[in-house]
Amino acid sequence: MTFIAKPKLHHPTLPQNALCFTRRDYEGKISTLCAGCGHDSISAAIIQACWELNVEPHRLAKLSGIGCSSKTPDYFLGQSHGFNTVHGRMPSVLTGANLANRELLYLGVSGDGDSASIGIGQFVHAIRRGVNMTYIVENNGVYGLTKGQFSATADQGSTSKRGVVNADSPIDLVGLALQLGATYVGRSFSGDKAQLVPLIKGAIAHRGAAFLDVISPCVAFNNHAGSTKSYEYVRAHNDAVNRMDVIPEREEIAVDYAAGETIEVEQHDGSRLRLHKLDPDYDPRNRIAAMNYVQQHQALGEVVTGLLYVDAEAEDLHTHLKTSAKPFNQMQAAELSPGAGALLKINASFR
Amino acid sequence: MVRPTDIRVPDYFHKVVDCQWACPAHTPVPEYIRLIAAGRYADAYMVNWTSNVFPGVLGRTCDRPCEPACRRGRVEENNGASPEPVAICRLKRVAADNKGDIAARLPRPDKPNGKRIACVGAGPASLTVARDLAPLGYDVTVFDGEAKAGGFIRTQIPRFRLPESVIDEETGYILGLGVKFRAGERIASLKSLLAQGYDAVFIGCGAPRGRDLDLPGRHEAAANIHIGIDWLASVSFGHIEKIGRRVIVLGGGNTAMDCCRSARRLGGDDVKVLVRSGFDEMKASPWEKEDAQHEGIPILDYHVPKAFLHEGGKLVGMTFERVRAQRDERGRRQLVPTGEPDVTVDCDDVLIAVGQENAFPWIERDSGIVFDEWNMPVVDKATFQSSLANVFFGGDAAFGPKNIIWAVAHGHDAAISIDKLLNGEDVGERPAPMVHLLSQKMGIHEWSYDNEISPDDRYKVPWAPSEKTLGNIKVEVELGFDTLTALKETQRCLNCDVQTVFTDKVCIECDACVDICPMDCISFTPNAEEAELRTQLTAPALNLAQDLYVSGELKTSRVMVKDEDVCLHCGLCAERCPTGAWDMHKYLIEMTHAGPGCRSKGACREAA
Repeated sequence: MTFIAKPKLHHPTLPQNALCFTRRDYEGKISTLCAGCGHDSISAAIIQACWELNVEPHRLAKLSGIGCSSKTPDYFLGQSHGFNTVHGRMPSVLTGANLANRELLYLGVSGDGDSASIGIGQFVHAIRRGVNMTYIVENNGVYGLTKGQFSATADQGSTSKRGVVNADSPIDLVGLALQLGATYVGRSFSGDKAQLVPLIKGAIAHRGAAFLDVISPCVAFNNHAGSTKSYEYVRAHNDAVNRMDVIPEREEIAVDYAAGETIEVEQHDGSRLRLHKLDPDYDPRNRIAAMNYVQQHQALGEVVTGLLYVDAEAEDLHTHLKTSAKPFNQMQAAELSPGAGALLKINASFR
Repeated sequence: MVRPTDIRVPDYFHKVVDCQWACPAHTPVPEYIRLIAAGRYADAYMVNWTSNVFPGVLGRTCDRPCEPACRRGRVEENNGASPEPVAICRLKRVAADNKGDIAARLPRPDKPNGKRIACVGAGPASLTVARDLAPLGYDVTVFDGEAKAGGFIRTQIPRFRLPESVIDEETGYILGLGVKFRAGERIASLKSLLAQGYDAVFIGCGAPRGRDLDLPGRHEAAANIHIGIDWLASVSFGHIEKIGRRVIVLGGGNTAMDCCRSARRLGGDDVKVLVRSGFDEMKASPWEKEDAQHEGIPILDYHVPKAFLHEGGKLVGMTFERVRAQRDERGRRQLVPTGEPDVTVDCDDVLIAVGQENAFPWIERDSGIVFDEWNMPVVDKATFQSSLANVFFGGDAAFGPKNIIWAVAHGHDAAISIDKLLNGEDVGERPAPMVHLLSQKMGIHEWSYDNEISPDDRYKVPWAPSEKTLGNIKVEVELGFDTLTALKETQRCLNCDVQTVFTDKVCIECDACVDICPMDCISFTPNAEEAELRTQLTAPALNLAQDLYVSGELKTSRVMVKDEDVCLHCGLCAERCPTGAWDMHKYLIEMTHAGPGCRSKGACREAA
């Protein structure tokens, strides 16, 4: 937390994107989180990703629930839309917003408490419905705002700052997301922006439910020996399966890797995900294999990171429900409320 | 691979304080600017007085090498319409104007040590030697041909830039330290001065000879052709009170600017400056050129004087050849004629301000002082010692014309040499500076300095109305900042002496500092050769004059690299650091002056 606002001065060479915005234009208010919080790094990665993608700030909506993680949307994209929901209800509000207006980009930011405990019911249904969104969980394994109790994602056997051992089984959000049909699933680490920024860019460009589990050490309550979500532990046990570049539509390929070293996935918007394999046998296009791989390596104590699964052909909730392509806010009263006659017709069709 | 930066080397952080590093006397600029902000004008004045001896004079007339160096001018680049440094020089004047009575703070002379020093000339170099040595108990005698002390400060700088009262006050502080001032005694022979048995002699007699232009008509029209510095001195003493209506000033230095502005006040209503070089290459400081233009004086560049025109023994004008700048095959700039017809400019008087030269007619060539091929004394650049062990040179007399602040810096160093010599020490062994490095942390988010960055543009110093200043050469043009404006201007200072200090052992590489840094100064990256490292940072480090601060190897085998170039010293990295790996330390470096501190440790112990 800092008391002075970040000075407006910037580096003389600070570049602009296609919209003539600098990275600084995507910043928000000054963070009030603890110094060194992983969440601030994730905010910085979101800023970087949106700047690189030339996202028009007014075309993005950020939604969150309650918790340290859910405070962060105030600290990035200060010119975008935002909604801070009650605890754990972000996925439902996001689903509703998305149904009303499919023209915006939806960015859900949540934490392990908000998504794996109080909001787990909301989380699973938003995923399984295929809501077109980027859902980021800033996962630190503790309840930081209430001084460091284990959260539902804390590993069994890991210890709290005071030495208490966690006896409960953890909820693996990546495993859940894969099982529930998320069509873009990745895991990353707040301390590795080189990996995290492309993953966020790919997720924003993805059509369908994109889920990112980002391990984000809590420096105040979960960065000690015995924690499995500390900077040191994650660095020591990080098993990255691939490195990703997001290549915008029509941009020529810059680097040629030898055949078999890369996988290219074209997304529906024409952009391509180029995955440079770090594990030669890992293919993120195979959901069952991904689930097995993540489970096997998790059992070995490794933290599997990278783009774990992607289905480029995915469809989303709007396709399933055949909803209107036109946002509600562009419809006139007659379209929105066609009258009693129309209702009678609909009711009659069910009889 | 770049080795970890050793911040214990005093120069490393000194270079980060750009203003102080650029100042020949190494005045702790941010330190006194903070004191001004706190309203502690007398304290700010004394910080200046200790290091540059003439704060009131310099606050009006300094060549301000600190300002082009000021980091503010770099960080505002591309961020504002006109990037401008902090008005360091004019803030110095604020300290001088508002200090009140500082008599009680001046040093009291120690008991006499029996050693006698002679200073030739009462300019800034000699007076600095006297200021440094008299309090130590030396018996210092200053000789000057004029009636009052100050040298070129008094004779060359027009009163509308520097009121005489300021000169009287600040030379008075020095002469009041028990220094003997022998006014009106121009030294005519070094030999006879040496014969008087002084333990050491300091020669600070300046570069008193104005260069002439030997062109056709120079002799015939001599009555209306004046050497600039001599003319300025005559104006200063009141011997000259008028000049013709149409005046040509030749030359592009600060003396030319003083000449044209003085002429403007003595009856010249059509004053022009004509200069050989291009406007941008002129030697005059940019602000002095602006001031002249502001008073309606045109500056015509690329005009090479060719002849003085005269009719019946009276000057009527000058002819000039038009030239342009061109690079020769070796890339050197040359002035070549454009081929246009010569330009004739009518005039009543000409002031020649095309440079000045040293002259030592009073130093006998067999006195033991060795002169070089340019007829300049051979002087050691660090000790200011001549070929005679007890004779020292400083100021313009040492290495040719410079300015007041350089003369002061020379004076300090010569005083150290004299003190060491007369204490039986090796003059070549120079004292290390005194360095303090202290954390400014007062609480979790509380620093003992104001770390908020003011977005304000540079404030302009108000001027007296021109109908008033142009009518009287003694009316000071600049009014100085009022204290409220001064306070606002102080807030533009970035506190570059409050250093970002990094402790690699406790860093957990959380990236918090990288994310918060507004200037993208900080990177965590694999180590490499410096040239490569400079390209692989968060923002490229393109200013090669500015160092990289490189840590030892971190846990991920990367290093922290901070580009010092555009750091705002806002302390956000340290506020965001969870482990205290970053901290803000105030770095105060004070040059050691003559006295026990400048002597070797052995001697110090003996003295104790």
